[in-house]
Amino acid sequence: MLYALCFLLFMIGLYCAVVKKNMVKIVIGIMVMEYAVNLFLIMLGYRIGGIAPIIDKGQLESGTDQITAGFLSSSVDPLPQALVLTAIVISLGSLALMISICIRTYERYGTFDITQIRRLKG
Amino acid sequence: MKGMTIIVKTISSWVKVLIFLFGIYIILFGHLTPGGGFAGGVILASSYVLLMLAFGREFVEENLPLPVASKLDCLGAFLFALIAILGLVIGGSFFVNFLYQKYLPGEALSLISAGTIPLSNIAIGLKVGASLFMVVLVLSIFRPGVSGNEKE
Amino acid sequence: MAIFYILLLFIIIAAIIAVETKHLLSAVICIGAVGFGASIMFLFLRAPDIAITQIVVEVLGLIILIRACLSRELTFISGPREFFGVVVSVAIIFVIFLAGIKVFETLPDFGIPIFAEAPEAASQTYISQGLAKTGAANLVASVILDFRAYDTLGEATVLFTSIIGATVILRKKTKKLLEDPDE
Repeated sequence: MLYALCFLLFMIGLYCAVVKKNMVKIVIGIMVMEYAVNLFLIMLGYRIGGIAPIIDKGQLESGTDQITAGFLSSSVDPLPQALVLTAIVISLGSLALMISICIRTYERYGTFDITQIRRLKG
Repeated sequence: MKGMTIIVKTISSWVKVLIFLFGIYIILFGHLTPGGGFAGGVILASSYVLLMLAFGREFVEENLPLPVASKLDCLGAFLFALIAILGLVIGGSFFVNFLYQKYLPGEALSLISAGTIPLSNIAIGLKVGASLFMVVLVLSIFRPGVSGNEKE
Repeated sequence: MAIFYILLLFIIIAAIIAVETKHLLSAVICIGAVGFGASIMFLFLRAPDIAITQIVVEVLGLIILIRACLSRELTFISGPREFFGVVVSVAIIFVIFLAGIKVFETLPDFGIPIFAEAPEAASQTYISQGLAKTGAANLVASVILDFRAYDTLGEATVLFTSIIGATVILRKKTKKLLEDPDE
């Protein structure tokens, strides 16, 4: 059921990116899609009653450097977190690029409306 | 972009130092506590953005102009590639954690441990911070109608 | 588990407002609310690394977005509404949504990660031998900077390229360059 709600968020973003005519609204739709995908990936790795994948003194066996078996059986998945960490920073870079295109287009044509940007300038 | 009132300027000049220090802490302890290079780099960039919003763009541009920020960005990327190639030369394959496996194991859960991971964190933090500061600076320099191309 | 439903409902309502409103500034503020709710949700999903990164990236993203629509307030989008196009798009999106729901039945339930059911998954190695092989106490840092360092190199390249693109697009050309193209 939670996965379905996350997918609904993705569909809302997709609707906004496809139907709307304002350029900034299209950018907002793409950002909502990115949030939905990151949420979904982290939800895949969750364990009920789990702990964060960070080792401190409590998880080591006393005196040695081995991790306890309790940590192995109750930690959440660290692999989706590593992938999502990269994805969040990349989404910021792509947002900067999209907004710079929008600003340049507004300065050239005077509007944000995509139905009025028709002249392919040579 | 103009600055703000004198109260905002005073408070933000104190707070900016704390934010910068917090960013450095998050980068350096990235292998022990949550954080790492990416989050720390973005915090470093946002401390300079705070200064830009409070004092105006010209003040920040005198202290950290655009070419210097661009060179810092390239330096961070170059350091990251250098650590990877050193792994190839010393260790045997690309990106091998050569410091941990050969020279300096250190003890677990202390600051000097985990080999090249803190060095990579510093390189990535420098790169991400300089990049994002450059983007916000360029976005604030750009004024519509000042560029040379008028209507054809 | 109830907290997840409450947070997701908050995020979905904020997203619907961001999509449908006509003021650009209200849409930007609702995107800030979506990102904030996502960051709190990451904290409850036991991912503190991601929560820190999401919140600081959200703040910088808001600054960039507000810069784009501050003095260019285009509040009302005029023009005839294409009724037929909107209905077809909504119908197609609904069909995709139903197909996606069918796919989710093949995944394990929420709360059982995939690596708990496959004993030879990569995450078993990352958790059990991460400290011994890399010496880092933060397992996510050891994954992105030692076990999977190529992905970080690719990410640095993508960020570098997109920032260079943004800087080049917003360059000011001076009149002198336009008048003497030979120099």
